[in-house]
Amino acid sequence: MIRSISSIVFFLSLLLSWEFVARSGHYSPVILPSPLNVLEYIWQATCDGTLWVATLVTMKRLILGYGLGLLFGIPLGLVTARFRLLQDTLGLLALGVQTLPSVCWVPLALLWFGQTEAAMLFVVVMGTLWSVIIATNDGVRAMPPIYLRAARTMGSKGLHTWIKVILPASLPYLVGGMKQGWAFAWRSLMAAEIFVTILTGFGLGQLLQYGRELLAMDQVVAVMAIIVVIGLLADRLLFSPWERFFHKRWGTGSIN
Amino acid sequence: MSIENALINIAPERIEIDGVTKSFTTNRGTIVALDNVSVKVAEGEFLCLVGPSGCGKSTLLNIIAGLDTPDSGRVLANGESVTGPGRDRMVMFQEHALFPWLDVLGNVMFGLRLKPGLNNKERKEVAKYYLDLVGLSKFQHANIHELSGGMKQRVALARALAPNPRVLLMDEPFAALDALTREQLYGDIQRIWEARRKTIVFVTHNVREAACLGDRVLLFSPNPGRIRAEFQVDLPRARDINSVELARYSTEITTALKGFTNKQGTEVAE
Repeated sequence: MIRSISSIVFFLSLLLSWEFVARSGHYSPVILPSPLNVLEYIWQATCDGTLWVATLVTMKRLILGYGLGLLFGIPLGLVTARFRLLQDTLGLLALGVQTLPSVCWVPLALLWFGQTEAAMLFVVVMGTLWSVIIATNDGVRAMPPIYLRAARTMGSKGLHTWIKVILPASLPYLVGGMKQGWAFAWRSLMAAEIFVTILTGFGLGQLLQYGRELLAMDQVVAVMAIIVVIGLLADRLLFSPWERFFHKRWGTGSIN
Repeated sequence: MSIENALINIAPERIEIDGVTKSFTTNRGTIVALDNVSVKVAEGEFLCLVGPSGCGKSTLLNIIAGLDTPDSGRVLANGESVTGPGRDRMVMFQEHALFPWLDVLGNVMFGLRLKPGLNNKERKEVAKYYLDLVGLSKFQHANIHELSGGMKQRVALARALAPNPRVLLMDEPFAALDALTREQLYGDIQRIWEARRKTIVFVTHNVREAACLGDRVLLFSPNPGRIRAEFQVDLPRARDINSVELARYSTEITTALKGFTNKQGTEVAE
């Protein structure tokens, strides 16, 4: 209760000081819109459906790209951790490529796929995949080998060991990697949407870019706020339950 | 000696270790962990392996468990050659090795779920029986990190017993516990051993512990790892670790242990 009150007080005072600075008249509304302007835009754009459509288009791309990143990233991370040859090849590649900011994939994607959804998807997958591979790989390698020995004596082998021992043992790392992957997917998708203008769908990134071109700062700030809110919601809905589970089971995360 | 005990003593060997040799190469040279070691363990026997660290006793246990393979020689369990881990031989490690992502019951169920011929309801009943046997039935839904060190080892014991192995292999399972908890577990393990009639091979570097638990104690010397002496402990059960009779045995074993560790320099050269 006290925690939610402190959160509310914090955000309210943040909004109030923003409103105060905006009203002081030092800055033109083109540069600094007031929170009320932004809210007004959100209300209006929600009513005419612009925001809904843009959010839907973006979420579809995000979930598809992120999903593909996890689908390939987790198994690849598992095998790179367990086979030295893959560790020295694919693992090294992942480590290198992961340092590449995802926006760097955009020029390549545009040349390869043109102004298409495929280009968009490619950038998101590239943004997600490598960090998921690395997190999974780290998780498996941090697992105490005694778990494997204990599992073997109880008759676990092959796929059973992968699914029932190695995967759950790396869960804390895995959730960390999935969170990071999610953040990277967001970043790369926004980069892609800002740079790739296509007619098949008008996402939040494109809305942001149009706001800039039209000097509609309220729109720019509103889209940014929506991205932040979606990020927070995803954290609460997708990752927090897992984190709570493993903190409780492992007895970690005592500061809560 | 009761008829039951007599019958057990004439039973065929459950574990037969036949000329097992195993060496490891480290950057300080080759260590012969086991040098042509042969042991026979009778059905239902409680055998303790004692020796200084690095004498190969844990290696031998791992080889019996099928977690390690010998360079030469072989191990027979119930007449069959050991080629890998098997549900007839369960292991209890020095670290509890419990899985932190499962609760207490989940850990005990892990091996049972891999055992065919039981449905889930039966598995749960079996798991609960063993948790009761180790005195932890109230903790079946506890998380592992919430348990004390002694309780963790009890769960590990229940987990090892649950698939009903014929042989229990214990690798210094009580070494990391405090003295009081250890004493309780000496009582528990003897009670459970009598109730469940397992063949137990128990590795320890604690001589008194070995004398308290074992029907027979084998003394190992390091590099090359060999069996140096054998002691029969003919004391009635359940034995108390603090009893005077026990002290006589442990003194005898300790003297032998000191004997060969003191002149080890010459021994290695021979």
